[in-house]
Amino acid sequence: MALTGIQIFKLLPKTNCKECGVPTCLAFAMNLASGKAELDSCPYVSDEAKEQLAEASAPPIRPVALGKGVRKTATGGETVLYRHEKTFFNPTVLAATVSSDTDLAALDTKLKIYNAFQYERVGLNLRPELLVVKDAGNGADAFAAVAEKIAKESEFNLVLMTEDAAVMKAGIDKAGFKRPLLYAATEANADEFGAMAKEAELPLAVKADSVEALIPLTEKLTGMGLKDLVIDSGSREIKQALEDQVAIRRAALKAGNKALGFPTIVFPCEMASNLDMETLIAGMYVAKYGGIVVMSDFATESLFPLLLERLNIFTDPQRPMTVTEGIFEINNPDENSPVLVTTNFALTYFIVSGEIEASKVPAWLLVKDSEGLSVLTAWAAGKFGGDDVGLFVKKCGIMDKVKHQELIIPGYAAAIAGDVEEELPGWTITVGPREAAHLPAFLKARK
Amino acid sequence: MGFEITKETYAGAIKNITIGKGDGALTVGGQTSYPFYQFEGDMPNKPIIAMEIWDMEPEDWPEAAKAPFKDVLNDPVAWAKKCVDEYNAQAIVLQLKSTDPNDKDASADDAAQTVKKISEAINVPLIVWGSAVPAKDSEVLKKISEVCDGHNLVLGPVEEKNHKTIGAAAMGYGHTIISSSPIDVNLAKQVNILLENLGVSLDKVIVDPTTGGLGYGLEYSYSVMERLIQAAMTQGDDKLQNPMINNLGNEVWKCKEAKQPVDEAPELGDPERRGILMEAVGAVSYLMSGSSILIMRHPESIKLVRSFIDLAYA
Ligand code: B12
Ligand code: SF4
Repeated sequence: MALTGIQIFKLLPKTNCKECGVPTCLAFAMNLASGKAELDSCPYVSDEAKEQLAEASAPPIRPVALGKGVRKTATGGETVLYRHEKTFFNPTVLAATVSSDTDLAALDTKLKIYNAFQYERVGLNLRPELLVVKDAGNGADAFAAVAEKIAKESEFNLVLMTEDAAVMKAGIDKAGFKRPLLYAATEANADEFGAMAKEAELPLAVKADSVEALIPLTEKLTGMGLKDLVIDSGSREIKQALEDQVAIRRAALKAGNKALGFPTIVFPCEMASNLDMETLIAGMYVAKYGGIVVMSDFATESLFPLLLERLNIFTDPQRPMTVTEGIFEINNPDENSPVLVTTNFALTYFIVSGEIEASKVPAWLLVKDSEGLSVLTAWAAGKFGGDDVGLFVKKCGIMDKVKHQELIIPGYAAAIAGDVEEELPGWTITVGPREAAHLPAFLKARK
Repeated sequence: MGFEITKETYAGAIKNITIGKGDGALTVGGQTSYPFYQFEGDMPNKPIIAMEIWDMEPEDWPEAAKAPFKDVLNDPVAWAKKCVDEYNAQAIVLQLKSTDPNDKDASADDAAQTVKKISEAINVPLIVWGSAVPAKDSEVLKKISEVCDGHNLVLGPVEEKNHKTIGAAAMGYGHTIISSSPIDVNLAKQVNILLENLGVSLDKVIVDPTTGGLGYGLEYSYSVMERLIQAAMTQGDDKLQNPMINNLGNEVWKCKEAKQPVDEAPELGDPERRGILMEAVGAVSYLMSGSSILIMRHPESIKLVRSFIDLAYA
């Protein structure tokens, strides 16, 4: 349970020395309570108070760091059941499975293919993060060799999946440097796996055959000093697995159940017999609380939609993605090149600039700050009105860069043409197509 | 000590609404818990998928979406029959694209004739989706109401601006209404209240919260739907206890990536499978946020989503 400002205040030195940047310890306490300050900013809190505060302010679902390098990620750390209540923080981690009996040359090819599954969108690189190395029972050396190759030669991070301690040990020896997730401690091997994870300082997945059966296991493991756990309730049937995801999330957030305050791992790969259906099932767990979602394989056609869904669901609802206001040069424009204007909603900008780029026609794209709203939304909200757009064109400096006086506005903003014209005497306001997809044809036809 | 799931306490449920007529009629909604949360409530009716057809040959559909319907794209009646006979469509949605005043501006009479013919040719519920230009829809949907008296069509989108005309006509001739608003809980409620004030029973209303495409603002629709469901079910707001509909196919297949051919986007793989999965993953997102009727385009994505619903419902 979170502490109130007053409760926190009682644990502070009460000297009002101001070193934390606010005038009083009370003000600092209030900021801490509302998440606006970090405890580290006060150099004088006692260790004892720190411990109490850390305990009390520990997130209800533990964030667990996974992997190393460019595809390092984290799972867990969520604080709400519904994204509109605040936001979801750590996007569902996507994984595919590689069997330990995969021949190393074939693995080489596979890694190259998987590596190409990266998509640029709204200024972000969308890509999956994990590969699960699954023990096929062909020995510790083979398992370790596959894990080592993935760890060393690819950006992917790993889940080491075996219930055999010797095989796991070999995997950790070769791939432990990349902070793999160990899968999984069970009732049968929890002592041994717990000790191994602790010694190697690696995150550990815990598997039981129900939500209820997870509780004694995680309690035992946290009792051993392990913190970074990921939980699997064992269900491989989608209805039950959905119930489990909801049960776990609610237990952690609503019932303060510490034993279930961990991110989850789910296995669509074991719930369907083909990748298409796995993809839909994965889509369900991206929306409903899957921490790590494991597929049998990656295919570009199934990954891309899941990455889009994930991007959408995990976007902060309070802050649409934006680009900075200004003049963007596309395809090396000169003083005779056309001038187009749009809003600063990242999605709008990327679609429009992408189409202009594809047209190969050199052009100037003016991006007006519209508080991250799309053309129609901004127009409806009064952030892309005729006077504003006109004023912006005057002030942005484009007039020093071109010799002509023509502005192309979005087709959906046709209604503002008159007002823009009034604001920009002498200019011709041309209404462009509605859909950006029609821009290439439109631009090419102008010559 | 046994583990007990923390259950939600519900103060209301979604209405059961029957669309279509005779043996072709179908009931949607009726759920007494959040979507697919069958451990704490019932979902008496599985969400349904309505297959999308157009009243004019679509020009901007990608090849993948056109291919299954190649032979019928310019004949809405044949197209509707194909959906029902060959693909077992649970319902048909006719998108009245030809009536868009910014495009062909077809007349209300023409549209009404098309709707009547289709309605008589099929035995599943028919949903009619206008051009979303309020004034034109007023005229067109009113005419359709008259001409298809008693067919219990589902007519939309009905907005604040045109609720009076369409509401009155639908009421008079026994149709169901799609009450539409742009991604906003209060506006959704407002349209329903206005319809009720007019005399339309909320038992004849489906809500369209406005649908964003996958990767194109889906999250806004997703969250507003979760909020609408919360208002309806946990807060018991009886002005919002209506099943929801999502015009999904139309949004997804408009996305750039659903249209790009292989040579333009080799990294995205097979355009057909890509589009199908984009539509299907979009559908799953909307099912999880509470959709009762999904309007979809590609027979393969529809098949996938129907099996998904069966699995999740089992
Ligand atoms: C998501 C959304 C929202 C989100 C905001 C998302 C955002 N960041 O903008 C939220 C929920 C906040 C929202 C709010 C509102 N919305 Co809104 N919203 C939408 C929705 C569903 C999608 C918008 C979107 O993201 N489109 C994708 C982007 C990429 O499109 P775009 O910017 O238009 O760009 C395209 C083209 O314009 C073109 N283009 C862009 N730039 C240029 C430049 C040139 C030169 C050319 C040629 C072309 C071009 O290329 C792009 C791709 O084709 C639309 C409905 C729809 N399907 O369009 C309604 C919609 C835009 N909203 C609408 C309304 C009324 C509102 C509100 C006023 C109502 C409300 N709910 O309170 C508020 C206003 C916001 C505010 N702050 O007060 C209406 C606008 C109606 C109108 N014409 O007046 C719409 C059309 C819904 C409807 N059918 O009623 N909305
Ligand atoms: S730094 Fe610590 S002791 Fe000093 S005012 Fe801030 S909270 Fe109080």
